[in-house]
Amino acid sequence: MIEPTYTIEESEELVHPGHLACQGCGATIAMRYVLKALGKKTVVVIPACCWSIIVGLFPSSCLDVPLIHTAFETAAAAATGARAALDVQGQEDVNVLAWAGDGGTFDIGFQALSGAAERNENIIYCCYDNEAYMNTGIQRSSATPVGAWTTTTPQGGLEDRPKKDIVRIMAAHNVPYTATANVAFPDDLYQKIKKAASYKGMKFIHILSPCPTGWRIPSSESIEVARLATLSNVFPLYEVINGSKWRVTYIPQKKVPVEKYLEAQARFRLMGEEEKKRIQKNVDEYWKELLKRAKR
Amino acid sequence: MKKVLMGNFAASHGVRLSRAQVISAYPITPQTHVVEELSAMVARGDLNAKFIKVESEHSALACCIAASVMGARAFTATSSHGLLLMHELLHWAAGGRLPIVMVAVNRAIAPGWNIWNEQTDTLSQRDTGWIQLYCASNQEILDTVIQAFKLAESVKIPVMVIYDAFILSHTYEPVDIPDQKVVDKFLPPINNPEALKVGEARAFGSVTNPDFHMEFRLKLHDTYERAMEKFSEIDAEYAKLTGRNYGIVEPYQCSDAELIMVTAGSLAGPTRMVVDGLRAKGIKAGRVKLKMFRPFPVEALKEALKPAKKILVLDRNLSPGTGGIFAQELRVALKEDKRPVWGFVAGLGGRDITPELIESMFFDALGAEVPVSNTIFKGVRL
Repeated sequence: MIEPTYTIEESEELVHPGHLACQGCGATIAMRYVLKALGKKTVVVIPACCWSIIVGLFPSSCLDVPLIHTAFETAAAAATGARAALDVQGQEDVNVLAWAGDGGTFDIGFQALSGAAERNENIIYCCYDNEAYMNTGIQRSSATPVGAWTTTTPQGGLEDRPKKDIVRIMAAHNVPYTATANVAFPDDLYQKIKKAASYKGMKFIHILSPCPTGWRIPSSESIEVARLATLSNVFPLYEVINGSKWRVTYIPQKKVPVEKYLEAQARFRLMGEEEKKRIQKNVDEYWKELLKRAKR
Repeated sequence: MKKVLMGNFAASHGVRLSRAQVISAYPITPQTHVVEELSAMVARGDLNAKFIKVESEHSALACCIAASVMGARAFTATSSHGLLLMHELLHWAAGGRLPIVMVAVNRAIAPGWNIWNEQTDTLSQRDTGWIQLYCASNQEILDTVIQAFKLAESVKIPVMVIYDAFILSHTYEPVDIPDQKVVDKFLPPINNPEALKVGEARAFGSVTNPDFHMEFRLKLHDTYERAMEKFSEIDAEYAKLTGRNYGIVEPYQCSDAELIMVTAGSLAGPTRMVVDGLRAKGIKAGRVKLKMFRPFPVEALKEALKPAKKILVLDRNLSPGTGGIFAQELRVALKEDKRPVWGFVAGLGGRDITPELIESMFFDALGAEVPVSNTIFKGVRL
């Protein structure tokens, strides 16, 4: 379907076996690539999210870097504090990575995130988005797409609100670097993290990370479904420099209908034909607008 | 060097002399001057610190926590609603054994909006695991901030330095500012071997299952109790360098007192004045000022209160349905004791507590064998 371009350099594995993720967990794959790109001189900050568990129980950790667990709504504020400490200690070259789920980013952690972005803190903030509160057992977040079943949206399609456009919101803070990425496109993800690390100031990366449990897909289909998200333009891959220069980093050669992405996941089973058509229309409009923005 | 300083600026100078490295704060009346002055000190180059102007008190403490985990000396200041917003993270800081120092200026809690003095904000944080030190003068504020860093870093428990809104925060008093060399000798640069280091695969705050959680809390509890002793050592060392110390409790005219009033914060001043007045009338009154409230100095209080036949507590705070919080704690501490305890609640929301009002409390206790009720409101219209 796509030409693989192997750009990921041989480097030390910083995510070790023995972690506690479910099979097919996108968030775990995401962390592996991100840490490969950032290397050992990194401090990770994790608020309450799936990764609070995935990393392992005391006294174990599957990460080969220092890790600060912090309260649900504080990823960006805690990353700010770690950055400040490193700077006063003369360790400006160390990366600080805030690593939060969609609930900790779009919802409860949004205030701290906006604050850190406005102050242009020199941190890399990654949101691994599995589109609901998966750690607590699949409850709707403001990153849950229209029509998705969750335990708090049992009627699925009745939840007729568009997903919060977090990247546009973050780009509107005029931070040096904002981007989307997808675990099914590891080279794109890896290069974006490398690029992010080259900027001084706030970097925000929104990573689509499938959750087989919550998306109601077989764990072996995780990457395939994530790939469909980008091939159908439901989750386009792009980056924004300084909040103004937009660039689409991957253009699908052959358009895949949104329906194919939706039908691959049982969480969209309650969705009617009309709704699917409406979503296709919204996706097409968003894509058109994105290309227009990228051309400017 | 002597300077005339408001309480808030005395706090700022204490932080400057302590060479705090990461300061993160959000403005709230009546604390704001503390961090305004600190940002000016950082801007002038008088203090080599990162000052982070966060978007909430919650983030201020989250920021200090991570900075402290990474081994930096961290400070924040707040009051009232700001402190309550931090509540979740107060537990994180103490549970994480992080030597953070905070200034908390006692202010009432809404509704209705009230910026004036009341101690309910800090007292309702009593179960978070922070050490609490209450101050009675601007000099004591400056000295206590410096002592607090030393205490926090030696027992790995965060410390709150607490003083009254406006009565101290905005009132100017002459304050002796110790020489930087003296403070440097007393408080060396922070060295926390437990801090996370770049390149090391260690984690702070990992999931602890029932096999581990309780031992962490037990260790905190045990060390917390030792903090009292540690503070006395630090206080004595500070006295050698500056000639000033304050004690965990400060008894005044207690050795032969039949009635002793217990109070904290700036009320230490007027209560002492009232004791003098009563003594002039031949009434054997005394007063105990409580500096350390957490850990609660049960033995020191028992010792100071030994001569008393009747005990009075003056609380500028309220636990609704229970009464004054200091009174409640004292009654528990004296549970074997048959002596009556008068629990007075006064001055909520910044209402004046006049010497006459304090005197009337002593006369209430003089004129009865036992208090009319557990909690007696004074200076109130209903």
